[in-house]
Amino acid sequence: MANPKKILNDPKKVVPEMIEGLVAANDGRLYKLDNLPALIRTDIPDGKVALLIGGGSGHEPLFHGFVGKNMGDGAACGQVFAAPSPDVIYEAAKAVNRGKGVLFLYGNYAGDNMNFDMATEMLEDDGIDVRTVRVTDDVAAAPPERTHDRRGIAGDIYMIKIAGGASAELDSLYEVERVARKAIANIRSMGVAVAAGSIPETGKLTFELAEDEIEIGMGAHGEAGIARQKMKPADAVADELMEKILTDLPFRKGDEVALLINNLGATTMMEMLIVNRRIRQILEREGIKVHRTDIGTWLTVQEMAGFSVTLMKLDDELKHYLDMPAESLGYSRM
Amino acid sequence: MTETLNAGSSRAMLEAVSRFVIERTDMLTDADLAIGDGDHGIGMRRGFEAALSALETQSVDTPESAFKVVGTAILSNTGGAAGAVFGTLFRAGSKAFAGKDAIDGDGFAAFLESGLEAVIKRGGVTEGQKTMIDAIGPAARAARGNVGKGLSAVVASAAEASLSGVEATRDMIATTGKARSLGERSLGHPDPGAISISLILKAMQEFTATA
Repeated sequence: MANPKKILNDPKKVVPEMIEGLVAANDGRLYKLDNLPALIRTDIPDGKVALLIGGGSGHEPLFHGFVGKNMGDGAACGQVFAAPSPDVIYEAAKAVNRGKGVLFLYGNYAGDNMNFDMATEMLEDDGIDVRTVRVTDDVAAAPPERTHDRRGIAGDIYMIKIAGGASAELDSLYEVERVARKAIANIRSMGVAVAAGSIPETGKLTFELAEDEIEIGMGAHGEAGIARQKMKPADAVADELMEKILTDLPFRKGDEVALLINNLGATTMMEMLIVNRRIRQILEREGIKVHRTDIGTWLTVQEMAGFSVTLMKLDDELKHYLDMPAESLGYSRM
Repeated sequence: MTETLNAGSSRAMLEAVSRFVIERTDMLTDADLAIGDGDHGIGMRRGFEAALSALETQSVDTPESAFKVVGTAILSNTGGAAGAVFGTLFRAGSKAFAGKDAIDGDGFAAFLESGLEAVIKRGGVTEGQKTMIDAIGPAARAARGNVGKGLSAVVASAAEASLSGVEATRDMIATTGKARSLGERSLGHPDPGAISISLILKAMQEFTATA
């Protein structure tokens, strides 16, 4: 299969060049640490509980595009699809810490877990309080009794929004952690891929999918999903994803939810709106009320085509943090 | 044959290891594309390029410091799961040489044993889950079993055992890492991390057999 066309300079320099562009795009609201791929808000209030997010690059705007007011205070960036190293996380955590400790929020992958844990050990040696919440929203990754084995996918966006809001208002690291844990307990996602993405430095697609095939439940790096199927209509794809998501939590009649439909990279807004139409029909049938809808491009896998659906069951507290204003390159609201 | 490695020869061996792995980037990429996302080759290249440069520029006055320099460079520059576990292997393994001017067969076996223990602790994995420890485990046991035969024989036995370990991962179903989601689809493919261990030990075997 032909390598994907990309507009790049030196493929080895994609991460530093992307970061340079990202800093510039934030118009002074964040800065990069010297010699390390980490981005920090320029205006973190004194005495604020700090929120550090991070993970592999190549999923832009996730994670580093979500640094800003009422979002992440900083982000540790890895290479493409690879977790950041402990020293990047350690220095980023020190840079965001305002004396109230640091919440680590990232997707549940072996590499992220090990590198963030190593950084936690280094920070604890320095007397800095660190708590960790891992995003585990992908219902395709493991059965409900093993949520700790689930990957983090587009639920990351709502997690950053909720934890970002909570860390701006709440005074203690443990309270922020409590809210974040409540959020992840109420978020479920699942995706579908119709075409693969590639790693710029190898130029190779991360998996092969035939012209007439889709993969239900595929992960954000091309990890295998639940089933490879023949191409089928949007309504049938939405039905299958919603069936898995709704029964997993489960979401019930009378629940109020936030709905997020995330473009994996190369799917059109038109397709996602057609999917949204079907999802709303399903939610109406089930008696589930939608408090707000987010449709956009937040967690990408390069040129992967496909989308994921995320539902978050809301209570008054989660609704409050979801509805707070936020300012970042990847996600803003008034 | 080399039967002891002092600081200088440890450095030379680790430089040879780094070049050996860097030259095999594409092979590791292809192995990872079969069951992962295909970044293992470029990750290992990044780590060992950093290791080469660190060995050239940093002071290395003991075998312990040579291995630690490599581990720290890998940990800081590779990223991902590979950076954490390969960095840990060299950093934790280097402690087996503490206070020693030279590495002998016993020291090399101790390096693999302490590296293995630290990687198991860091990764929360056991043998049989289709990871790099399925190559280190057999290598450490073979090394210990051949300690009486001298360093070059110990390293050779470890390298051979790691290759058997790589082959054995073909029949394992991944239960950790990004390959976990493949389930039975991971059968038939060797683990890329285990392959990297076998490359590292193969380069060490060639170095100690000829130097």
